[in-house]
Amino acid sequence: MLKQCEGSHAVAEAVALCRPEVICAYPISPQTHIVEGIGEMVKSGELKDCEFINVESEFAAMSVAIGSSAAGARTYTATASQGLLYMVEAVYNASGLGLPIVMTVANRAIGAPINIWNDHSDSLSQRDCGWVQLFAETNQEALDLHIQAFKLAEEISLPVMVCMDGFILTHAYERVDMPTQEQVDAFLPPYEPRQVLDVNEPVSIGAMVGPEAFMEVRYLAHAKQMQALERIPQLAAEFKSVFGRESGGLIRSYRTEDAETIVIAMGSVLGTIKDTVDEMREAGHKIGVLGITSFRPFPLVEVAAALKHCKRFVVLEKSLAVGIGGIVATNVRMAVTGMGLKGYTVVAGLGGRAITMKSLTGLFEKAGRDELDPVNFLDLDWKVVNKQLEREREKRRTGPAAEAMLRDVGAVAARNY
Amino acid sequence: MSALQTVKFYQTGTFTVGNRLLAPEERSVQANMQRTNSLNSGHRACQGCGEALGARYAIDAAMNATNRQLIAANATGCLEVFSTPYPETSWQIPWIHSLFGNTAAVATGIAAAIKVKKQKGQGQDVCVVAQGGDGGTTDIGFGCLSGMFERNDDVLYICYDNGGYMNTGVQRSSATPSAARTATTMPLGPEPGNPFGQGKFVPAIAMAHEIPYVATATVADLRDLENKVTKAMSLRGARYIHILVPCPLGWGTASHDTIRMARLAKETGIFPVFEAEHGELKSALAIRRPLPVEEYLRPQKRFAHLFGKNPAVETIARIQAQADKNIRRYGLLSKEAA
Ligand SMILES: Cc1ncc(C[n+]2csc(CCOP(=O)(O)OP(=O)(O)O)c2C)c(N)n1
Ligand code: SF4
Ligand SMILES: [Mg+2]
Repeated sequence: MLKQCEGSHAVAEAVALCRPEVICAYPISPQTHIVEGIGEMVKSGELKDCEFINVESEFAAMSVAIGSSAAGARTYTATASQGLLYMVEAVYNASGLGLPIVMTVANRAIGAPINIWNDHSDSLSQRDCGWVQLFAETNQEALDLHIQAFKLAEEISLPVMVCMDGFILTHAYERVDMPTQEQVDAFLPPYEPRQVLDVNEPVSIGAMVGPEAFMEVRYLAHAKQMQALERIPQLAAEFKSVFGRESGGLIRSYRTEDAETIVIAMGSVLGTIKDTVDEMREAGHKIGVLGITSFRPFPLVEVAAALKHCKRFVVLEKSLAVGIGGIVATNVRMAVTGMGLKGYTVVAGLGGRAITMKSLTGLFEKAGRDELDPVNFLDLDWKVVNKQLEREREKRRTGPAAEAMLRDVGAVAARNY
Repeated sequence: MSALQTVKFYQTGTFTVGNRLLAPEERSVQANMQRTNSLNSGHRACQGCGEALGARYAIDAAMNATNRQLIAANATGCLEVFSTPYPETSWQIPWIHSLFGNTAAVATGIAAAIKVKKQKGQGQDVCVVAQGGDGGTTDIGFGCLSGMFERNDDVLYICYDNGGYMNTGVQRSSATPSAARTATTMPLGPEPGNPFGQGKFVPAIAMAHEIPYVATATVADLRDLENKVTKAMSLRGARYIHILVPCPLGWGTASHDTIRMARLAKETGIFPVFEAEHGELKSALAIRRPLPVEEYLRPQKRFAHLFGKNPAVETIARIQAQADKNIRRYGLLSKEAA
């Protein structure tokens, strides 16, 4: 059914359609509306046979999820930013134990300085935690990916993060096609755990493993991600046959046929990039886009194939691998090893900094002329940065850098981002 | 022919009565030939480990009370490590270890899953017990524990208190007693051992949550411990049992003295043994034969620095004052003894 609703609400409804049995929640912007929405559905009785637990921290949220999933219940939670970091020990534990929990990450920057706005630092900080990470481009895709996520997670016994841009998607009102319960039931079978805390067949879960088998157990986690690599496109196809639309998959190319330059990105910024590319195409630039939906497992072969005929690629990412450059870019470079392509990393949109078509056009034109640096920072105010560096050279007690830099920037409203 | 010997029902020196003299239903779970052996032999605990003993008593009693419809979540620590080196396990019930500090929350999750499954007609009534050491309970797991209490989740949490982080080599926890030597509170400097004025007594904090049931116990009073676990299993909601479990390795005591040490902790007032319901003290196990704290402290190497050539009289007096306060606060003196 077509409806106009907030991204968070669409996700809440989609999760409810998946018949979750245990949901635990701890509030953090911009995730709040999702769990509020599901909480309301449980409290009103609209969502039956589901326990909604208000926990005291994200660490508890993931821990409750571990317990309920191990006891055989379909389990969901959502978080963002500091919340994701606060639960990290349990995040690794959930994947180590092979528990198919589904979690929405409403992507948000990580402090300090504290910042509630969107970038991908939070989930990308967990790139090696063993969870599958799927990035939604639109609210429709966010909704759809949750339905796929439960199926994928439960089939391969691995937890799945569905990442959606905080505010940009979570708080945006858009038209979505909400599936029916019958459609979701037809796609998503009941959860059949591989291991479960069952009094009729007692097992010990999560005990110690020494050097004699630890490598093998860990390798299995990798093997499961490789299974996911195969299953994700198949699930997208199965999804299409039930729901009638394209959603998910590993990667998605846009106007790359004869492209000399391919821009690679994840999440909602793909929309702005595609618009920019459309304009540039009209102006005669041979440019295309590659969207990555599955960041973990990372589709090395598919990315390489998608970039086979281009001359250069630009990875535009909302994350910063401090001390080296880009996180996504590092992964892409691994995919294109030996292909002789020119590659550029562009760090953009940190902490909610707007990514405009104007800036992108300038950036891509420069890329086309191979005038970019290996690592670039889109719209970085060098004046402010250099002034602070200068201050630090001149004086010892410079105080909080963030405060001084914000003073130099002046009133935020004066900036026309 | 000599006169008839008087029949003694009580063993000399103790107040315990032999099981065989009791009606079958009053006999201890441990005395039952069909007892479940919740913690099977073959585990790797040290000889005389109070925690192993406490866990077997407690979980056997819980299994007995629930007709084996029981699942356990276990914190990282000695109990976890010595009971389950994969592929071996000592447990007879479904058991999960997740992390050091999240056991109460994991148990909450299990209880939630059980509730939903039952609601859906897909599962039976199964009880959940969470267990951890004092470090996993009073320190790193405290947030999750308090959350579980506050929500009144349907979990019995059992803390095995051996007064320190034993699994990592005997470091100080917030349950380490004053003056005790640990690897991080060495008997050095002006205030040797663990400083006074620190630490917390989590049973009292559990009571402040006004949960249905809070109890303390030791491995010296087996029947009392079993009764408390059995009672806890008859209730729903958040329940807490804090068991004092001497650790020969960490305390520097002889393996055969574990039960004696637990009894001394209770008889000196160092460790108050009581029951509380909904935040109110209901009963306390009386001290039958009051003893000075010295009797408890002296056999333990972790207090050896108090008894050298120049005994730390003042420090011992401060510990005595702590015990006296417990005796007053929990009304521990029996009429006989008072
Ligand atoms: C997050 C985390 N921090 C530290 C540890 C190391 N650690 C494992 S067991 C343990 C001590 C456990 O002490 P306690 O809970 O009192 O149980 P005991 O071994 O004394 O029975 C520590 C510190 C850990 N496993 N995880
Ligand atoms: S160190 Fe202490 S608690 Fe740990 S197994 Fe040995 S006696 Fe038991
Ligand atoms: Mg301990």
